[in-house]
Amino acid sequence: MRAGRRAPGRVAVHLLLWGYAVVALLPLVIMVLNSLRPTGEIFTAPLGLPASPTLHSYRQVWTEASFSTYFLNSLTVTCGAVLLGTVVSALAAYPLARYDFFGNRVLGAYFLAGLMLPIRLGLVPIFYLMDSMGLIDSLLGLTLLYAASGVPFCVFVLSAFYRSLPGELDEAARIDGAGEFRIFGRIMLPLVRPALASVMLFQFVPLWHEFLYPLVLLRSDEKFTIPRGLSQFFGEYTTDWSALFAGLVLATAPLFVLFVLATKQIIAGLTAGMSK
Amino acid sequence: MVQARELSAPRRRAARTGAGRRYVPRWRVLAVFLLPALLLYSVFIVYPLVSALDYSFFEWRGIRQVGFAGFDNYRDLLGIYPYDEQLWRAFAHNALFFAGTMLIQTTVGLLFALLLFRYGRGKRFLQGAFTTPYLVDPLVVGYLWSLLLNPMFGPVNALLEAVGLDSWALPWLGDTRTALPIVVLVNAWQWVGFPMLLFSAALAGIPAEYHEAARVDGASAWQAFRRVTLPLLTPAIGVVSVLTFIGNFNAFGLVYAMSGSTGSPAGSTDVLGLLFYRVAFVEGGVEAIGRSSALAVLMFVFIFGVSMLATSYFRRRERKLV
Repeated sequence: MRAGRRAPGRVAVHLLLWGYAVVALLPLVIMVLNSLRPTGEIFTAPLGLPASPTLHSYRQVWTEASFSTYFLNSLTVTCGAVLLGTVVSALAAYPLARYDFFGNRVLGAYFLAGLMLPIRLGLVPIFYLMDSMGLIDSLLGLTLLYAASGVPFCVFVLSAFYRSLPGELDEAARIDGAGEFRIFGRIMLPLVRPALASVMLFQFVPLWHEFLYPLVLLRSDEKFTIPRGLSQFFGEYTTDWSALFAGLVLATAPLFVLFVLATKQIIAGLTAGMSK
Repeated sequence: MVQARELSAPRRRAARTGAGRRYVPRWRVLAVFLLPALLLYSVFIVYPLVSALDYSFFEWRGIRQVGFAGFDNYRDLLGIYPYDEQLWRAFAHNALFFAGTMLIQTTVGLLFALLLFRYGRGKRFLQGAFTTPYLVDPLVVGYLWSLLLNPMFGPVNALLEAVGLDSWALPWLGDTRTALPIVVLVNAWQWVGFPMLLFSAALAGIPAEYHEAARVDGASAWQAFRRVTLPLLTPAIGVVSVLTFIGNFNAFGLVYAMSGSTGSPAGSTDVLGLLFYRVAFVEGGVEAIGRSSALAVLMFVFIFGVSMLATSYFRRRERKLV
């Protein structure tokens, strides 16, 4: 009887949820489909399926519109920054979490403050700082800036992980005569490896998407990252819709691949921290 | 005891600190661990932020400081044309942007979380589908929707015409009345998965006995939701509100892609992020550094202040629950 009373409601729930799934996914599906159709076809039938799918626009965008360069630049800057940021933070978080020294708390708070500060608001001074160091229009400058922006978050997360490791580990190693760097490299660092992986992934996404810094700090086409290149490209190819859609797909695809590959790793990293 | 003298330095230190107390390192060791991060963070993050504050109190001619200005830059922003007009307009747009996004995102996110809570097959797929737009770069989202909403060749209007709603096929992003609401909708489309996931996690954490008890006491479904579920979701609602607030008041990429750096049409989608960029690098003139820094400081004080107040408000609400 109860199930009978609820049946119309059930149908409405199914309709609502699956209907919204279409709303959430359809724009992305259209993006992919239209990138496979020539522009003329898109203009005559905005909603159609590709009559004869072609990768022509991808070839065009990749070579002519120099997306291959943007892609390589984004990869260099983002990976370089994530690596550098994680390495320096993994080093800094360790003494903050496990050593007793004067100023430990103050230093911890100093790093933590960065989590709450909107770092983009330092944009103008950053511009002149980079200018004075000759790092305008430089991938190195962008890498250093990106790496620095990840430090507060990494230090915060990693010190929590170091703190959760039992104290006997390093004490025993010290009694055995191991040096501090050996203890760090051989015992501590391997134990926080799952956390390192998730911290790296969490830095990767916003850096891959960062647009304001490259907009201000990069000048020449051969230095552009994907978001900066994309904004240039949308100005130049306004009427070539097939190419525009292909550019959007190329800008989006790497993160989807990364997420599909890394979802397990993220979950492993998060749960490893919680079970302690 | 006698052997203590023969121990190497690190062993002596280990012996001195003993069990349960933390190790006291040597300064050189400490420096190797701490200096790289300290240097990177101080030079590229802290120094520019402190400089922004400093710059805002000086009068500038291009890149030259020509004297202490006190609060003149702030006064100019609030009182000199065109800043006085643009600042308040951008602020109002940010406020609407936030209010609209929150309203849609929270109610829809909560509704989906509740509906999905006991949903059977397909739950994972639906959750995945709702959160997918969140993986896309806001800049890409902005460009994508500007194509989809194009009045001539956009699929949205083609769809509306196909189902007979010709009068609804408007130039959505070209009209000053519809442009901002559309930006809000697109933003909510991108982020709705985030509150949904948070609410789902919070719902899963509510003990089943609570619902049981409410049912036994004769509460209707609505009463149980209003008196039991909703109060227990307060922490999640707090997190969503504060993060959405910070995100919306810092918005840049999405709006830039949909309506350029001037917030077209006719400034109807202009927000503080775009205004800051324009004052600093596009139309600030010789006073750009001082005025844009003052704007940065004002934005920081406002965003940080409100976030802190909101956080403490939600903390107090939480404490009342316990």
